Order: sequence, then C-alpha cells, then structure tokens
Amino acid sequence: MKNIRLLKDRFIDKTFLTLTLLSISTVVLIALGLFYKSIPILNSTSLYNLLFSSEWKPFKEAFGFYPFIVGTLWVTAIAIIIALPLSMLTAIYLSEYAHIRVRRLVLPLIELLSGIPPVLYGVWGVLVIVPLIQDHIAPHFVEFTTGYSVLAGGIVLAIMIFPLIISIVIEVFDNVPQDLRNASLSLGATQWQTTKKVVLRKSFDGIVAAVVLAISRAFGETIAVLMVCGNLAQVPHSLFDSAYPLPALIANNYGEMMSIPMYDSALMFAALLLFVIIFLFNALSRIILYRIEKRNN
Amino acid sequence: MRKIEENIFKVLMILSTIIISSTLFMILYTIFSKGLGSLSWEMVSKIPEGGFYIGKGGGILNAIVGSIYITLGSTLLGLLISLPIVIYINVYAKRNATLATITRLSYDILFGIPSIVYGAFGFAIMVYMGLKTSLLAGIITVTLMIIPILVRAIDEVVRVVPEDMSNAVFALGGTRYESAKIILRQSIPGIITAILLSFGRAIGDAACVLFTAGFTDSIPTSLDQPAATLPLSIFFQLSSPIKEVQNRAYAAAVILTIIVLIISIVAKIASENLSKNKI
Repeated sequence: MKNIRLLKDRFIDKTFLTLTLLSISTVVLIALGLFYKSIPILNSTSLYNLLFSSEWKPFKEAFGFYPFIVGTLWVTAIAIIIALPLSMLTAIYLSEYAHIRVRRLVLPLIELLSGIPPVLYGVWGVLVIVPLIQDHIAPHFVEFTTGYSVLAGGIVLAIMIFPLIISIVIEVFDNVPQDLRNASLSLGATQWQTTKKVVLRKSFDGIVAAVVLAISRAFGETIAVLMVCGNLAQVPHSLFDSAYPLPALIANNYGEMMSIPMYDSALMFAALLLFVIIFLFNALSRIILYRIEKRNN
Repeated sequence: MRKIEENIFKVLMILSTIIISSTLFMILYTIFSKGLGSLSWEMVSKIPEGGFYIGKGGGILNAIVGSIYITLGSTLLGLLISLPIVIYINVYAKRNATLATITRLSYDILFGIPSIVYGAFGFAIMVYMGLKTSLLAGIITVTLMIIPILVRAIDEVVRVVPEDMSNAVFALGGTRYESAKIILRQSIPGIITAILLSFGRAIGDAACVLFTAGFTDSIPTSLDQPAATLPLSIFFQLSSPIKEVQNRAYAAAVILTIIVLIISIVAKIASENLSKNKI
C-alpha cells in the first residue's frame, strides 16, 4: 500500500515537471513559430527595408512597415503622456494621503476598469472621444479631421493603462518601509516633501518598471485602437492625423492574407516584431520588480 | 512656500483620482444610454435571420452562445494545465527554487504578451496542422492566452498557505501529493476568483478569436465548426454603415458589459467572503 502511494507521488512529480517545462516553452514556441512563418519575407526583403521603408503595396510585394511602426509609437507615446501624470498622482494620493476608506472605495473601481474588454473601450471611443475631437478639439488647430486620429487612440489607450500603472505603483509604494517616512516627517518635512524626496526616490526603479509594462501593454493593444485610429497607412504628422498601428494592421488583414503571396509572411513578421519588443520590455520590468520584492523580504 | 506646494499637489492628486474613478462611470453611462434603447428580447433569444446585417430581424444568440462555449472550454482546459503547474512549483519544486522562479518569470512575461500575438501564433499553428477556423482552434488559442492569468492568480493564493499546513501532512506520513490536496482545498476561494478573472478576460477578448474561431450566423454544434463571439459581433456590426445594425452593436455592447460586470463583482465578493473562513 505504501509503495503505491510513493509511486503515485513520484509519477505526479515527473508528469507535472514535464507539463511545467512544456508550458514554459510556449514562450520559445511562439517566437520560433512566428519566426518560421516570417522567413519568406525576411529572405525577400532586407530587415532595414522592412523597418524603415514607407512603401506599402502588398500586391507588388513591397512591405515597408515604417508608417505602422511610427503610428504605434505615436499612440503609445500619447497614451503614456496622458496616463503617467494622472495615474502617478492618483497612486500617490491613494497610498500616501487618502483615508483607508477612500482607498477601499476607489481601488475596486479601478479594478473594474481593468476588467472592461477592449472592444467596449473601442465603442466608447467611437461614441465619445472621436466626436469630441472632431467637433470641439480639432477645429481649433486644423481645418478638417474625421476625429479618427492618433489622439483618439492615445486617449482610449491612456484609460486602458490607468489601472495597470496605478496597481503596480501602489504595490511599489507599499514596499517602501514606513520607518523612512516617519524619519523624514519627524525632521519636519511636509508630507509632500516626504513623498517627493523619500517615497518617490526610493521607488524610482519600480515606477520605471510600471511605465515599461504600460508601454508594452499600449503597444500591443489591438481592437480598441483599430476602432478609433482611422487605419490609414500613412506616417502621422499631427495629433489629428489618422494612423495605422501594427496590431490593427494584423487584425484587419488576416482575411486577405492567404490570397496575396508573401502577405501572410509579412503579417507574421509584424506579429514577431510586436512579440520581440514586448517580450524584452516585459522581461526587463519584471526582473526589476522581482528584485524590489526580494530586497524587501 | 512649502505649504503652497503641498496644497497645489494635494488638489492635483484629488482631481486625478476623481478623473480616473469617473472614467468607469463615463464608459458605462455612454454604453448603457446608447444601447439600452435597442436592447430587446429578440436580440438575446434569436440567431441572425436573413438580411440581419442590412438591418433585418434576428438577434445575436449565436455570438452569446459562441462566446460562452469558448470561455467555458478554454477555462476548463486552462485549469487542467495551470493547476498542475502551480502545484509543481509550490509543492514539488521546493528544493529547486530556480525552476520555480523561472516559471513565475515566464508566466509574468507571457501575461504581458498581447492577444493579437497569441492570435497570430494560433493561426500559424492552425495552418501548420491544416485546421480550419473553428471552435476548437478558438478554444486552444484562448487557452494559451489565459493560462498565464490562471497560473499567476492561483500561485498568488497557494503561496500564502501557511507552511505548517503541509508540514503537518508530512509529519503524519503523508506524501507531497497528499499535502498538495490539502493546500488546494485551502485555496479554493482564490481559485474561484482566478477562474472568474480568466472568464472575464476570455469572454471579452477579440483579437485571439478573430484569427482562429471564425464567425458564423449559426450556433456551432461540434468542435470543428466556426463560432461567433460577442466582441467580434459588436465589432462587425459597428463597422456597418446602416443605423439599425450599429444600434444593435450598442445593444450587444450592453450585453457584454452586463456579463463582464457580473463576473467582476461576483469575483470580488467571492474573494472577500470566502476568504473569511480561511485559517
């Protein structure tokens, strides 16, 4: 009887180990799979041309991703510029100033916000942000715009990354020892001075990690951006120009990609590009966060 | 001077907190006020009839059922894979902490990979294996996407189960497998929250299923048939130029919002109430 139990235990040990190893290797598998599919395009076009050429003519087998990459960078940058100050101030308020009851009231709302599916953000963007830009914001600056623009994409993305930045930054703040705050306060510093000189300085690397995670999140967001950015294959020159970010390009053309030669390979290359960038960003910020957690244990 | 700076920032902080908390209500208000008018029983009880996409009768039952199939299937499959992984890194790999750390790190990274990349990868596998867009392909791709969510969320609760619990099992002569059973029983509330969390993500995701599950007007009856999903149904109807079809997209958005809100709120209540009885 005892032997059977031990055997069972050992059997489970080995099976679960195999399963764990197999499942971690998904990271490698995704990279390999996407790379394998993008070999044809990498053989026919140089990497430099793929990344920096603006010529996008799938029928002539000209695949320059430059407009799409720039479009992605624009919406990501706008999103971070809007989201970072607002979510930092909110995180500081909730962690350093607010009464515990306020925190208990606001945090669940932010959690709910993070659970809303991207397509609903897209619907909201189409209904509210796009008309707002078209009718009220853009007329002050440019003659005509449809409202479907990088600005609309940036605003919608900013709201989508609020919860991510806030939750990570609050966690990082919670890891700052209370003694440090008390020491600063007892020397006569105001609460804001303590926050600025002690808490923020101590959590600098954690904040960097949160921002990098937010960037990679904004980088890969698809449906919401697809719905509000206008999807024109051009390099945007102002906030009110349309753009065509990479994820939107992939999502919009999957239907045709089997009928045009090289097209599927080109789109798989786009996915590989997204994967590599986001993988690096995520790995970097997670390692930073791990070290913070370790330092405090 | 110090006081002025203090006060300026305090006002700014309160303002940003109000702005951020109110975005949720703004989004909900917009969707409900726009969509409730077109919401009808026909919407949720019928599949699209001929000419649905030019404004004729029918509903989106196909998308609701498709979404539920994909969500249920992928959550089940995801649990079957992620529970053993969590047990392994918490119970079996105790002496091999490096493996546990690497596993956690990989899942944190996989968690950040956008669903469009999973979609493209799933599509690549599908083509490689000669499959068509189908319910099965959709379930597999969504499973890949939610495993990191499940592993991270379950790991979080299993990790905080007191060491004494498993030590007690070992002291009684139990095996690691038996201690894992005790630990899991102790983590049930957390596991339920994790399941609901991945449910919410799976039902709201569009980019994964866009490539792999296809879209159809009928309810799938087997795994190799394509399946419609709610987010895609909203997306496709919204891109129509016809007013009535667009209005139905808003109504579909209301349905999706209600489902997601219920899931999130139940998850919240579950994690708070059930954990009261924990030791």
